[in-house]
Amino acid sequence: MSFFTAENLSINFGGIKAVDGVSFEVEQGEVFTIIGPNGAGKTTIFNLVSRIYEPSGGKLVFDGRDITNVPAHMIAALGIARTFQNIELFEHATLLQNLLLARHAHKKSSFWSEVLFLPSVRRMEIEHREAVEKAIDFLDLQQYRDSLIVNLPYGVRKVTELARALCTDPRILLLDEPSSGLNVEETEDMAFWIQDIKNLLGVTVLMVEHDMSLVSAVSDRVMALNYGRPIATGTPAEVQAHPEVVRAYLGG
Amino acid sequence: MRFQFKTSYNQDIRLFRDKIDAAWYGLLAIVVVALPFLMDDYYVGESTWVFIYGICGVSLMVLVGYTGLVSLGHAAFLGIGAYAHAFFIMHGAPWIVAMVLAVVITTACGLIVGLPALRMTGIYLAIATLAFSVIIQEVFSRWESVTHGFAGMKVDKPVIFGVEFHDERSFYYLCLFFLVIVLWLTRNLLRAPTGRAWIAIRDSEIAAQSMGVNLAIYKSMAFAYSAAVMGLAGALFAHKIAFLAPDIFTILLSIQFLLLVIVGGLGSLHGAIFGAVFVALLPPVIAILRDSIPDSMNQLARDTGVAPLGMLGNAVGEFLRKPGVEAGIFGLILVLVILLEPLGMYGRWLKLKLFFSTFPMYKASTFKRQKSYMRSERLR
Repeated sequence: MSFFTAENLSINFGGIKAVDGVSFEVEQGEVFTIIGPNGAGKTTIFNLVSRIYEPSGGKLVFDGRDITNVPAHMIAALGIARTFQNIELFEHATLLQNLLLARHAHKKSSFWSEVLFLPSVRRMEIEHREAVEKAIDFLDLQQYRDSLIVNLPYGVRKVTELARALCTDPRILLLDEPSSGLNVEETEDMAFWIQDIKNLLGVTVLMVEHDMSLVSAVSDRVMALNYGRPIATGTPAEVQAHPEVVRAYLGG
Repeated sequence: MRFQFKTSYNQDIRLFRDKIDAAWYGLLAIVVVALPFLMDDYYVGESTWVFIYGICGVSLMVLVGYTGLVSLGHAAFLGIGAYAHAFFIMHGAPWIVAMVLAVVITTACGLIVGLPALRMTGIYLAIATLAFSVIIQEVFSRWESVTHGFAGMKVDKPVIFGVEFHDERSFYYLCLFFLVIVLWLTRNLLRAPTGRAWIAIRDSEIAAQSMGVNLAIYKSMAFAYSAAVMGLAGALFAHKIAFLAPDIFTILLSIQFLLLVIVGGLGSLHGAIFGAVFVALLPPVIAILRDSIPDSMNQLARDTGVAPLGMLGNAVGEFLRKPGVEAGIFGLILVLVILLEPLGMYGRWLKLKLFFSTFPMYKASTFKRQKSYMRSERLR
């Protein structure tokens, strides 16, 4: 049994089969990338995995547990964290608050203890802060700690989102186009970080990405998708050379 | 410019940033406590409104400013709190018990109103809460066995544990006490996971959900907490106006609360207080200006011999005496605030502070926002 399995996953929007019977397996500790032309259903798969969309068919199994019917807000507690294609940070909060929010799945305090701010709440807050500081150190975000997100440049926001996902203590990380909007240098940094996340933190990565240099640099396995159907799976080089993939991208 | 050197995580958690900040708030506390001894009873009474409106402001700030849910029906919560409190007192309940019951009932109503909020946002939620407040107003006027309908309901001065709060001054301190308590409890929530969850819901529901925030629970919680605080304000409000009638708790009052939080500055507790000062003190200030402007302008005209000055003064006084001018000025200020200072009075206050702390190096562009990046359609 693999670490993460999608079996025959499907979803329809009206008459459109956005994801049509997609199956894949992600092994623990690997970087698994989904590629495909625009509208192929990549982000939709992410939204299915994070339970924002209700699948019309198929099954999701994470670490031996069927998560097809787990509500969206319970996903983080299971160890599945994600970033968004169009940055979804809490813009009018500081970077620190954004990262602390990511600790929400580990919240143990009750409403009443919080309203009185009992010592136990303070203790928990400091524990969360320590966890957050690890992510800040890991991704070099120290200088932005107290800045509001609206005042941060795009590249930093992208990294902040990665940090926020890491703060949930994930076992599998869903990265939705981590390099979109980044320049070449920032994309290279992103590649190093993804490798570090895999090698140093031991987090499995499921990624959607367009930038083939990043895909080849970090992916262990790649799945190509077109019109909601998988057309090829294998190493980055294999998939790039696959005739179906070439046809999907270039036509003909 | 004062830089804070941080050596412990507690520094980001505690109520006051550092000792200098705490000293400023201490000074403010001394001034507020000393004020009743320096003012006429009339002004003490008017200042009490600042505290009551302050509590209302905190209530709405939690909902609108922090959770991002708009309510056009908060006057109804105020009314429920006020009527419930008055009703229980009339039937012999001790003051504290009556207040607690009022808060509990308002909280329950808040939870019920919060239910549709789980599915609605923006203008739809505003309309739903508006409908709620219209229904509640109707209940106030029809349920005569409890509210006495349009005949009205007299509310006695508070008597707590045998202590009578009969004069303006003692009631001033009572309201101040409750405002401080409410501010403290709210601040506690806001620096704890619950407050962060509210902020998260305001800024991005989908991300909040993916980080483990249960939207339904935290939205209902925001509604319930906001209603509870409003119920508390209602109990004090009942004593303050001393006579309850259904036509007090209209949509105009709800709009005034919204105005309070927007003018004060959305997303900060300071804003709730600034807004309360503004909303509570504008009417008496207009009343004072009505008489003082014509008088002083006429005096100036006599002194300088320029007659038009006196005419201008009389015209301004005449204008300020017109019915409805107060609402007009409120509206005008609201428009100006939204156009010129979207962050409200608190935003202006931050700029002033920065101006003095960085003088002469202040740059207006510090507060220029970058253009926000486009977001694709939100997933709902």
